[in-house]
Amino acid sequence: MEWEVVIGLETHTQLKTNTKIFSGASTTYGAEPNTQACEVSIALPGVLPVLNKEAVECAIKFGLAVDADIAPRSVFARKNYFYPDLPKGYQISQYELPVVGKGKLTIQVPAGKHGEAYEKTIHITRAHLEEDAGKSVHGAVEGMSGIDLNRAGTPLLEIVTEPDMRSAAEAVAYAKKLHELVQWIGICDGNMQEGSFRCDVNVSVRPKGTEKLGTRREIKNLNSFKFMQQAIEYETQWQIDTLEDGGKIQQATVLFNPDTGETRAMRSKEEANDYRYFPDPDLLPLVVSDEDKARVRTHMPELPEAMKARFEAAHGLSSYDAATLTASRGTADYFTAVVQAGAEAKPAANWVMGALSAKLNAEEKVITDSPVSAAQLAQLLKRIQDNTISNNAAKQVFEALWAGEGDVDTIIAAKGLKQESDTGAIEAIIDEVLNANPAMVEEFKAGKEKAFNALVGQAMKASKGKANPAQVNEILKKKLG
Amino acid sequence: MALNIEDIHRIAYLARIEINEQEAASTLTKLSGILGLIEQMQAVNTEGILPMSHSQDLAQRLREDVVTQTNQREVFQAIAPMTEHGLYLVPKVIE
Repeated sequence: MEWEVVIGLETHTQLKTNTKIFSGASTTYGAEPNTQACEVSIALPGVLPVLNKEAVECAIKFGLAVDADIAPRSVFARKNYFYPDLPKGYQISQYELPVVGKGKLTIQVPAGKHGEAYEKTIHITRAHLEEDAGKSVHGAVEGMSGIDLNRAGTPLLEIVTEPDMRSAAEAVAYAKKLHELVQWIGICDGNMQEGSFRCDVNVSVRPKGTEKLGTRREIKNLNSFKFMQQAIEYETQWQIDTLEDGGKIQQATVLFNPDTGETRAMRSKEEANDYRYFPDPDLLPLVVSDEDKARVRTHMPELPEAMKARFEAAHGLSSYDAATLTASRGTADYFTAVVQAGAEAKPAANWVMGALSAKLNAEEKVITDSPVSAAQLAQLLKRIQDNTISNNAAKQVFEALWAGEGDVDTIIAAKGLKQESDTGAIEAIIDEVLNANPAMVEEFKAGKEKAFNALVGQAMKASKGKANPAQVNEILKKKLG
Repeated sequence: MALNIEDIHRIAYLARIEINEQEAASTLTKLSGILGLIEQMQAVNTEGILPMSHSQDLAQRLREDVVTQTNQREVFQAIAPMTEHGLYLVPKVIE
């Protein structure tokens, strides 16, 4: 039988605020245990939550970025469960009335080895604000668990999709796109190692062509795209094998083990009503007015799709180039800075996607840490544009810039890379070459085009590579003509 | 909706409240009474009425995103039963 996998994602994005969602305690990562756990974080009796304005603005920004309905009135609810890293005995979340409603995100799914991709729209079901729990540390003291409540109360936006994805590749493409988007609009630092962006993936399979969804299992807490791909592929095959062997899928929460590449059931999924959600009486409904939305909108950066369209229209870039340059905010900002500093857009695009990107990849650096600044690259491109240096020489200058050997003009001077553009000087060189190579001149006159290129080569060699090739061509043509 | 004694034990488990059979029986009577009351109220036509999520008809006030809390770990941990390396200690929990 042919099977179809159905995937939906729930992503917890940690919001980039200074303080917690319901208190003025700091959210800085990596502090000593419990030094950022105030009376609200540790749930002392009688404390009250006060909602963080910035967390709300982050949620609105996200809603605007995915073209979603933003609820004029949303409600915080208590999700009840017992665990030591949740000292209140409930998590404050949103249940029936989330702040962000239905929206959508368009993704490019890679297909084939040559950069081909197809487009797909993933529907966002909702996004709601909630608080994170603390951390349990096992093994520090025999027979005990240690609790660090620094993370308790950190603001999260949980983003839930419809079961729209049909392959691991689609799920990963969505997760990557979302990861870029939340960083682009500045609501999340995207640091997956520190847990700022964690995905739960719901996977089910059904016979291809049928409508009814199969029973799903939820893979929890994936914090790398590579693991997500592996986990979904393993889980899909496991479900198909189980069903083909006549077994049944039990709804469950599973964990992915990166060492074995397998998924394993953690606990049978509790029914939703076991959480006994009810509106939190400590918090009034959150009201978002049209004015609030308009205000937040003015602080929004241009979104990637809009920027891509602008790059195509204003700079005449291809759709592929524009998409590559707007794949991350860092690349887009860098390219924009190079162009603003006076470089032509097309060579700027080629250098950013070519030499710079190759060098960054090779040294595993991100573009915001590039040793060659946008201003330096722009200066380098200007020196190609005004014929001071050749493209080949520019590559040497780029390497020197990367190594921190000074500014563009200093490097050109120090390395003697300045191109010879003085007509008289080039003519003198060409005369010499013509006198020294009468055989080639004869061949050319007899109709051998190749001889012309050989003469150009000789002239370039005689100038030690510094002659402007276009001028050499021109003058040589004139002299032989 | 009628409750039975198993429901009572399950609810008690979820709330982490220990009750004996006698308490369970009396809780069953009381909870069933409350549910009966709710059933009565459900006869009222509430179509078109927005569910009330708070007794006060006000909107949530928001707080500026500024750190106002300082580290008071020593004060808080002075009343904790057990601590170590700055961690609160609890009986071992492993899923």
